[in-house]
Amino acid sequence: MTMYLTPEKLYPLVSALLFAVLVGMTLGGAIVVVCTSRLVRSVSGLALSSTGLAGLYYYLHSPFLALMQILIYVGAVCVTIMFALMLTDAHGEVSGQPRETIKTVAALLAGLPLAVGLILLIAKARWMPPAVQVNAGTVPDLGQALLTRFGLVFELISVVLLLSILGALVVARSGRRN
Amino acid sequence: MRMEFVLEIARVVLYVVGILAFVGFNASYLVLLERKGSARFQLRHGPTEVGPFGLIQPVADAVKLLCKQILIPKNVDVILFFMAPILVLLPAILCMVTIPFGATIAARNFNLGLLMVFAFAAFNVFGILIGGWASHNKYANLAAARVVAQNIAYEIPTLLIVVAVVMVTGTFNLQEIVAQQAGGFWRWNILRLDLNPLQPVAFLMYFICLLAETNRAPFDMVEAESELVAGAYTEYSGMTFGVFFMAEYTNIVLGCCVATVLFLGGWQCPFGLVPGPHWFLLKMYALCFTVIWVRWSFPRVQFYNLLNLSWKILIPVSLANIILTALMLKVF
Repeated sequence: MTMYLTPEKLYPLVSALLFAVLVGMTLGGAIVVVCTSRLVRSVSGLALSSTGLAGLYYYLHSPFLALMQILIYVGAVCVTIMFALMLTDAHGEVSGQPRETIKTVAALLAGLPLAVGLILLIAKARWMPPAVQVNAGTVPDLGQALLTRFGLVFELISVVLLLSILGALVVARSGRRN
Repeated sequence: MRMEFVLEIARVVLYVVGILAFVGFNASYLVLLERKGSARFQLRHGPTEVGPFGLIQPVADAVKLLCKQILIPKNVDVILFFMAPILVLLPAILCMVTIPFGATIAARNFNLGLLMVFAFAAFNVFGILIGGWASHNKYANLAAARVVAQNIAYEIPTLLIVVAVVMVTGTFNLQEIVAQQAGGFWRWNILRLDLNPLQPVAFLMYFICLLAETNRAPFDMVEAESELVAGAYTEYSGMTFGVFFMAEYTNIVLGCCVATVLFLGGWQCPFGLVPGPHWFLLKMYALCFTVIWVRWSFPRVQFYNLLNLSWKILIPVSLANIILTALMLKVF
């Protein structure tokens, strides 16, 4: 059925191209998030970045994680942020003042140690290829891990979600009475 | 090896062209069906002038849309304004890749096909939201806000119903789900009362959610011509509006495809004779026709009733459906 036997010359090229596009999407989206002065564009950049990241997961043979990334980050997180923005100010424009230079410099200085640390960590780490090829159909394993090994974490997250729903209800209720 | 490589390339090209043609054909001729259907419901004739029975009308419509000037209003966020229609159409086309039209006709037999359809459906809301916001228009903003509330409210019962079906099938692979329903119409998921007595109800709820998710009347809050001018699409003209329109019909076709696969046995024949893509298309277009039928039979619901229907009826019933399915699976 599957006929993915491609000539050895073409396959690495396409693969590298795909990787470059995905990394470009992830980084480009992230840069848009930070640099634009309009919040709505930031959210769009976040969506782009999440999609690129999902593509990278797919590239690494974990389609389930990729689809979940899209479903949760684009479908839920970005839409919720957008919705909140629209409710707060209709146009989402930042006031006309340009950014102060000192703030930009301070932000760069604050970000620098983190970036250097991460780069050092990545450069020094010993990357080992996985001993076993991980299959695409890991959904049953995932489900079992969630309900056995990570059962407590799973339940705690449910409690957090329940609390946030209750909190939203309380806020909405008091708002309605006024 | 070289031969297989050439065949694979040919296969990919064929499927890309085929899916694009399918999407374009559906978008243009479902519009004609809609116009003809609405005319019949209102005792009119509908388009009759262009070609026999108005059959070439879609071509004329397409030429008109392509020739129209695309207006860009003042204060519009141009990048997002043009990104929105693409964001709405592209994922819908992408999802077509996993739909099994026949035993061997599926662009990609993807293990997580069902999940992929619902993951990419998420872009739809985001696209309309961005379009509505970028238009810098009060009506568009209002419509966009409504769309989010509506789509979030209906995404929950949709996913809950699908989860109940997946609990029965045990797989996300659309081709396998179809294969499990072979044998006859009593083997289709909609009639598998032995697995879950609420299965027909689940199908009905899925269909209601489908109408709401694709923003069709009686749930067409996104456009709502009589209240919000043209809703989120107010500022879009010419082909930018055309793309939104195509996306709407593509999403309907996609939703009907998924409904056919999940509940109506996909390309299986109801009597176990000659299964094939013709059965798939027959079932799918019957569902599409029902979508149009519903639109011209029911008035638009009030926004609060729309949300009440989802939160007070559909979500509790679909949760009960899941619990019942789990019980039936455990007991039998």
